[in-house]
Amino acid sequence: MPKKRGADIVVDVLIEEKVDTIFGLPGGAIMEVYDALFNAPFRNILTRHELAACHMADGYARASGKVGVVMATSGPGATNLVTGLATAYMDSVPLVAITGQVPTHYNAFQEADVTGITRPVTKHNFLVTDIKDLALILREAFYIARTGRPGPVLVDIPKDITQQVYDYKMPTIKDVENALPGYKPHYEGNIAQIKKAAKLIRQAKRPVLYVGGGAVASEAQEELVKLAEIAKIPVTTTLMGKGAFPEDHPLALHMLGMHGTYYANMAVYNADLLIAVGARFDDRVTGKIDEFAPEAKIIHIDIDPASISKTITVDVPIVGDVKKVLQKLVKEVEKKPIEWEEARESWLKLIEKWKIEHPLTYDKKSKIIKPEYVIEEIYNITKGEAIITAGVGQHQMWAAMFYKYKFPRQFINSGGLGTMGFGFPSAVGAKIARPDKEVIAIEGDGSFLMNIQDIATAVQYRIPVKVAILNNEFLGMVRQWQELFYDSRYSSVCLSVQPDFVKLAESFGAVGLRATKPSEVRKVLEEAMSINDRPVIMDFAVDREENVLPMVPAGKSYREMILHPGEKGEAETMYLVG
Amino acid sequence: MIEEIKALKVRPQPKTVVRKHVIVVKVQHNVGVLSRITSLFAGRGYNIESLTVGKTHEPNIARITIIVNGDERVVEQIVKQLRKLIETLKVRDITDIPHIERELALIKIHTADSDTRDEIMRLVDIFRAKVVDVAKDSYTVEITGKQDKIDAFINLVKPFGIKDVSRTGVLAVVRESAQEKIKE
Ligand SMILES: Cc1ncc(C[n+]2csc(CCOP(=O)(O)OP(=O)(O)O)c2C)c(N)n1
Ligand SMILES: [Mg+2]
Repeated sequence: MPKKRGADIVVDVLIEEKVDTIFGLPGGAIMEVYDALFNAPFRNILTRHELAACHMADGYARASGKVGVVMATSGPGATNLVTGLATAYMDSVPLVAITGQVPTHYNAFQEADVTGITRPVTKHNFLVTDIKDLALILREAFYIARTGRPGPVLVDIPKDITQQVYDYKMPTIKDVENALPGYKPHYEGNIAQIKKAAKLIRQAKRPVLYVGGGAVASEAQEELVKLAEIAKIPVTTTLMGKGAFPEDHPLALHMLGMHGTYYANMAVYNADLLIAVGARFDDRVTGKIDEFAPEAKIIHIDIDPASISKTITVDVPIVGDVKKVLQKLVKEVEKKPIEWEEARESWLKLIEKWKIEHPLTYDKKSKIIKPEYVIEEIYNITKGEAIITAGVGQHQMWAAMFYKYKFPRQFINSGGLGTMGFGFPSAVGAKIARPDKEVIAIEGDGSFLMNIQDIATAVQYRIPVKVAILNNEFLGMVRQWQELFYDSRYSSVCLSVQPDFVKLAESFGAVGLRATKPSEVRKVLEEAMSINDRPVIMDFAVDREENVLPMVPAGKSYREMILHPGEKGEAETMYLVG
Repeated sequence: MIEEIKALKVRPQPKTVVRKHVIVVKVQHNVGVLSRITSLFAGRGYNIESLTVGKTHEPNIARITIIVNGDERVVEQIVKQLRKLIETLKVRDITDIPHIERELALIKIHTADSDTRDEIMRLVDIFRAKVVDVAKDSYTVEITGKQDKIDAFINLVKPFGIKDVSRTGVLAVVRESAQEKIKE
């Protein structure tokens, strides 16, 4: 091996890891690396903000399942990544962040303790102190990011190390594993536990599958459908689990929890067996913890032992990769017939009745554009095949509720951290990863403004993403809580001063479109879909005070669900099926 | 058959049991590893009572003993998080496993007059401690033992006036007999 600069070693490792795109913005401490990138054989996207770069790498990773790569300089460049890293960390997204650091042993301009700052928001991080370790550390970073429970890993490289030259050899995966003796993710699942789970599944009368983001990450749709079908188990997904199970399947209960469907929440509330798959019993899902599935035994399958029995003690914990465990579980369940066939039939009938009595709904005769209607039309025009990303707020919930997701990695949103500003840049990243797919960011007028600058990036690289703003001129989700729980005292939520989004789009060189009446919605969408060389920003003036319903207020039981005004009945009843 | 039931069921919640825990951790002794460990406790509002770190016979591997007062479930969660750290090789809560605990303390005590000196020497004898430094008006005593033994000694000499106390924090190892039983 010839002697190489540290910066060139960085590029070599990226090539070795088969990276095809990186996102970032340069500066003093990482200039050497950017110099080496000048001739790199992969795509290097210059963003307008490091946070947007991080969200783009995140969207790229979520859409493709590959590791996303983001680069930033020292000090403010690196600190700008923090929210993006925390977002990826909370949703277990594999990222590698490479940050330049001021030269070792300096008290320098733009110095910050980046490994210290990012420690709580990364799966792991490294400060390179010797060029001899550089290649190995970078390879460790990729390895840690994509294995086990995936997550972001940061590597901080002082400038002098990127400038030094060293005669290095590319470390092998074996070298990487040897360097990480304590890191051994469990994939297989304990077979005795799996047998126990199979027995509970056969014996249950009112089982429900509760599926989270882990099932998306492990791409276990086939196994999940198989299990649901052979054992006749209805399936509800979390916000992060969307697409893990096809939502047009008759056994689909759609989302559960705070903005879950009536039928999903009632099914969970009445279940006698809950099979949690790659989910983590988040408070937005459980509501009041001691009334969450109060009758149910719980099986919990997860790659991360630390997420098992964290908030709710489970009966059968199974640590392993969701896909691998489900494969074995299906085999075990199939060995004997289901015991309560009849009870299962009544259970599914009861759920069917709930589905008919309480579908997701909104006022379809409204003369003002209803945000739910926009989502339904987006669903129709894309035939349910588009990748959808979302910001955070009401629009995110409507995007989750009114678009029916079919395949894993189809819905991309910041479920764990709830980061406003995530929707648009993550759509850019997703479109780069999946150019074959239509990618649409559902944005709020508040959220979109938080990363508006990066329209320039999408224009520069001709990334034809679509943005649909559900413009209610409010921080709508906060307004909804104020309406429901603070006596309609609308404190600091009005966004009626805002840019003209159509002109704004045009000023960036993107296309801007607007709909102010229901009749215009379809036309705007059709026009947007016909454009494929630039980003398109659609501004939908929606009903300002529409609420996301049904809703289980924070910390309340499912029994206390607030229904849509168009719905009848109460959520209070508990059933016994036998 | 579907039957409506009126009785409201709740999921039984585990009780909180707060007590002292002894956790031993083996780690790759890299830069920053201690900070990763301590922040897991700090993040849950838990103050570490004592923490000792030392090299082992294996290169770049350190052994850490942590004493913390906490709720059973929270400590269990912290132990799982400790296990999850990339640099940890082994983590064990040995609170309920027979083990040996030792701490060493250096205590500087005022010696006003010869009566005090005699009294201190008597206590040093009883506790099998050692005087390791003698000055005009003070003794420095070295004592090893379990935490409560050292606490007791400090309480007894407090009336004479303590100038300074330096404690190592607790070290712990599992008794070999218990180790063998676990292996079986
Ligand atoms: C960075 C950030 N700041 C604040 C919040 C709190 N928050 C959650 S939803 C929301 C309102 C979002 O408004 P908008 O993007 O217009 O969406 P809408 O709810 O109106 O659809 C706010 C402020 C957040 N999630 N993220
Ligand atoms: Mg809004």
